[in-house]
Amino acid sequence: MNPLTGCLFVSALLFSIGLGGALTRRSAILVLIGIELMLNAANLNFIAFWRYGPHPEALTGILFVIFSIAIAAAEAAVGLALILSVYRHFKTTDLSRLDSMKG
Amino acid sequence: MTFLILAVMTLAGAITAMTLRRLVHCVLALAICFVGLAGLYLYLGAQFAGLVQMLVYVGAVVILIVFAILLTRSHEAPPQKKWTGLAGVCVSAAVFAVLAWAVIAGGAIQGIAGGQPQATMQQIGSALMGRFVLPLEVVGLLLTAALIGAVVIAMEEKQSAR
Repeated sequence: MNPLTGCLFVSALLFSIGLGGALTRRSAILVLIGIELMLNAANLNFIAFWRYGPHPEALTGILFVIFSIAIAAAEAAVGLALILSVYRHFKTTDLSRLDSMKG
Repeated sequence: MTFLILAVMTLAGAITAMTLRRLVHCVLALAICFVGLAGLYLYLGAQFAGLVQMLVYVGAVVILIVFAILLTRSHEAPPQKKWTGLAGVCVSAAVFAVLAWAVIAGGAIQGIAGGQPQATMQQIGSALMGRFVLPLEVVGLLLTAALIGAVVIAMEEKQSAR
C-alpha cells in the first residue's frame, strides 16, 4: 500500500465516523462535532494530494487547507451561537425535541 | 510506523468522541483526534498547516465547544434510539464502502510520489500576498461578518421585543 492510499483510507474512515456521529447523535453539540470531523477529513485529503501529487511547488493544497480552516472556525462560532440561542428558547439541546418551527 | 501511530490516534479519538455519553469526555477525545491530525500534517511535511491546525482547532474550537457545553448545562447526551443508531451506522458504512472502492479503483494515483516538497513560511506568505490576495481578503471579510453575526445571535434578547 503506497502512502497516498493510506492517507486516503484514514481520511475516508474519519469522514464516515463523522457522518455516522452527525446522523445518530441527538445532542446538537455532538452533531456539530461530527461536522467538524468531516471537514477535517477533507483537509487531510488536500494535504495528502499536495504531498504526493504533481506540482507541489504551487502550494495549492496547503493554501486551500488554510482557507478551509478559517471557514471552519467561522462555522463553529456561528453554529455554537445558534445552539446557545436555541437553548435559551427551548431550554434543551436535544434535537429530537426541537421539532416545532413556531416559537 | 509514525504514520500508523498517528492514524490510530486520530481514528481512536474520533470514534471515542462520537460514542461516549458525557459531552466533556467527547470534547477531550476530539482534542486528541485534532492533535493526531496536526501530527499527520507535520508528518506529511506541511508544517504551517499543522501549526495552524494546532492553534485553531485544539486551541480555539475545542475551547469554544467546552464553553457551549457549560453554557447550555448539557452534561450528558440524551440516549440514542436503537433504530436511528443502526440506520446511521449502516449509512456511514455504505459511504465508507463507496469511498474505499473509489480509492482502490483510482489507479491514476499510483507512483507520482517524488521527493519531499518544500513549503516554507516565506513561500506561503508570498503566495498569500500574491496569487491568493483576493481570496485572503474575502476570507477576512467573511470572518469579520461571521464573528459579528455570532455575537448578535448569541446576545440576550430584549424583553421589549417579546
